[in-house]
Amino acid sequence: MHKKWYEYLWLWTILYFILGFFNILFAWLGMIDFCVPLVFALFNGNKGFCNRYCGRGQLLRKVGAEWKCSGNRGTPGWMSSKWFRYGFLVFFLAMFGNMVFQTWLVAAGAASLREVIKLFWTIRIPWDWAYLASAIPDWVVQFSFGFYSLMLTSTLIGLIVMILYKPRTWCVFCPMGTMTQWICKIRHRKQI
Amino acid sequence: MKSKKYAMVDTSRCVACGECTHSCPKYAISVRNGCHAQVDKGICVGCGLCGKNCPVGCIIFVEREER
Repeated sequence: MHKKWYEYLWLWTILYFILGFFNILFAWLGMIDFCVPLVFALFNGNKGFCNRYCGRGQLLRKVGAEWKCSGNRGTPGWMSSKWFRYGFLVFFLAMFGNMVFQTWLVAAGAASLREVIKLFWTIRIPWDWAYLASAIPDWVVQFSFGFYSLMLTSTLIGLIVMILYKPRTWCVFCPMGTMTQWICKIRHRKQI
Repeated sequence: MKSKKYAMVDTSRCVACGECTHSCPKYAISVRNGCHAQVDKGICVGCGLCGKNCPVGCIIFVEREER
């Protein structure tokens, strides 16, 4: 069957990390992946982004199922439990808030720009080749480093659970998925 | 030929990732209406591929009613 254009969006995820590797400012493009699912949920009341346009989900399917890198074991029940999904969402939002706070500190001049990528919110990796000082304000660059760290960390978690369990196990507790599911449920409840 | 069983989605657990729709060889599953997958039991042949690929494990197979 002829493939649709959106079935190639897994390439976007790879391109995003390549671009960010060479110029960290491209990390801002990741905001598309943050905003579009919310637009789908808020205006259409569905998770169309998750099941059709999510580049990360497609990449996990590609690597896990098509390239057979997944263990294909059943996802543990606790991973799909409400407390874990909402707990991870709260943790993720707290880390996002912390990143915005760091950006604000740089904007206010209270902290200096840190050209590092933080993996799993703890491991600092120097990433100074990806940014050459320019006329762009430091807070814009700080946000880029923070956001790229968040995107890379979540993709790595997705790949780890893909290897351990099923290709799209990440989708079970993906913070964006949980958030949009919550919005959809509220919207559909109102319709009833 | 249709199997004696067909797939059914536990909508309270489904995360609408679309993995089942992608794996269904008969296009019997859709996520069109909102936030969970739906199986058209008239089309479903009960092959089990959707259940095998579902990351949540929320697809169960139930017996068709005898007519």
